[in-house]
Amino acid sequence: MSSLNTSDLKKIANQIRQDIITMLVRAGSGHPAGALGMTDIFTILYFKILNHTPHQALSPIRDRLVLSCGHYCPVLYATLARAGYFPLVELKSLRKINSRLQGHPHNLPLPGVENSSGPLGQGISQAVGMALAAKIDKAKYHIFCITSDAEHNEGQLWEAVMTANKYKLNNLINVVDCNGIQIDGQVKDIMPLLSLRKKYESFGWKVLETNGHNYGQIITTLKQAKNHGAGPVVILAHTIPGKGVSFMENKYQWHGQAPKQEQGEKALHELRQAI
Amino acid sequence: MAKENKLRSTREGFGDALLALGHKNKNIVVVSADLAESTRISSFAKKYPDRFIEVGVAEQNMMGVAAGLALSGKIAIAASFAVFSPGRNWDQLRVSVCYSQANVKIIGTHTGLGAGEDGASHQALEDIAITRCLPNLVVIAPADYNEAKKALVAAVEHKGPVYLRLARQNTAVFTSEKNVFKIGQAQVIKKGQDVTLIACGPMVYEALEAAKKLATENISVEVINCHTIKPLDQKTILASVKKTKKVVSLEDHQIHGGLGSAIAEMLAENFPVPMKLMGVDDTFGESGKPEELYKKYALSQEHIISTIKNIL
Repeated sequence: MSSLNTSDLKKIANQIRQDIITMLVRAGSGHPAGALGMTDIFTILYFKILNHTPHQALSPIRDRLVLSCGHYCPVLYATLARAGYFPLVELKSLRKINSRLQGHPHNLPLPGVENSSGPLGQGISQAVGMALAAKIDKAKYHIFCITSDAEHNEGQLWEAVMTANKYKLNNLINVVDCNGIQIDGQVKDIMPLLSLRKKYESFGWKVLETNGHNYGQIITTLKQAKNHGAGPVVILAHTIPGKGVSFMENKYQWHGQAPKQEQGEKALHELRQAI
Repeated sequence: MAKENKLRSTREGFGDALLALGHKNKNIVVVSADLAESTRISSFAKKYPDRFIEVGVAEQNMMGVAAGLALSGKIAIAASFAVFSPGRNWDQLRVSVCYSQANVKIIGTHTGLGAGEDGASHQALEDIAITRCLPNLVVIAPADYNEAKKALVAAVEHKGPVYLRLARQNTAVFTSEKNVFKIGQAQVIKKGQDVTLIACGPMVYEALEAAKKLATENISVEVINCHTIKPLDQKTILASVKKTKKVVSLEDHQIHGGLGSAIAEMLAENFPVPMKLMGVDDTFGESGKPEELYKKYALSQEHIISTIKNIL
């Protein structure tokens, strides 16, 4: 998988974005903006960076991806399906009765889902627990946690950030989606975060930043994070919420609203043209 | 009463059992939120520092870290005062642990009015109510030091989340070391005919003593140690109640949502009989010695005796 070049990866990401739109139209509810914004990073993680084997989802030496902001799950599900964890046809069942694709992720039924999430701030603590377990076992795998910028409103997240520094968890990488929006508006208006860089630095973390849509930069940054060695690393990934669908980009209104049929068709048309 | 052993607490029983298990089971990892000494996990911490995680005063993170350890194959033991855990981190218990069926054992100490002098903020009187409503979670309140040891062993053997409700105060050690402890299996510790008295935690001893006193007045009380509140031992309780046709429940916990509620729910559907629920009656506690508090909040042996006389 790691032999894929940027052009291949971009094609996969485009397909995943189409999946996300199709899934959300069908589901009639859900969260498009964050999922579309993080699609490039998810694609690179699962098709380039993570050490994982989709048909051995519970391999003990696998790298773990912990999705802390559970509402991003359409991108997780679509990426997992495209990577081969479960049949693509199952993406149609998102948010439907008797589905393994719950509205917010449940770890037990669906291969590749490491943790249950939804209430913000809980994934990062579990990622810290997994990183500690790896240390106890002297195992070499990495834990990649995905959090959102607004998730940093949650106090629990900072409790976990302190713990990661205390135990010098150099097997933990927190990728923060800095997209500047949350459900009720702009992050800067709802609860100003000021400088996440300064915050993380003062909490003892190595801070890296990347443009969340520049493939070269993302790959370099993720590799640098994996090789850091001295302690936990946070990657502040600057993304455009709704990326790839012009009428959704940078609009907080698309945080938690699914596209209607017609809007979906418009979005899919745009995405197909972009390949 | 005569050959009473020395008084010990259930938290101490847990701590001693944990130390022994730590040697046998290398998969056990303990997570602390700055109450290692009070929750009796400090001996484990000293002996097995590599399997002891101190997260500071941060109970929400403690529960999440425990879940992460468990999802990586560890048996995670998270200990704090019950007012903080599961009191303060209930959402983390619900989603990170119970929904994921993570193999976490939640240890809540300082439960009930028995927590004493620390006062209402530190007396967990709602923990049974908020845990027994969670799917996948087993809820156990051991009666004494010996039973607490066995309860931890059983909790560790059980695959999945367990909440262990422990007490701060020293209480009588009256259960036998040899008695088999099985999750979900209540024990009839005194046979009787007139009324069934069901208790959990150190209150079981008070129930037994009250029953002995009532026996001298020719009132025959069947006493059940219902150490597992969830899953409730329907069979043992129903067998007793079908015989006595009267029930009194007793717990150092709010009446609303506790052991008595669990029993009442079960009996209402299966065998409705006159019942009296003894517990803290929709109020907060206050500072004081446990015995003073039990008197003031109507949970002393005298109150048990008068309640039973009233229901007959």
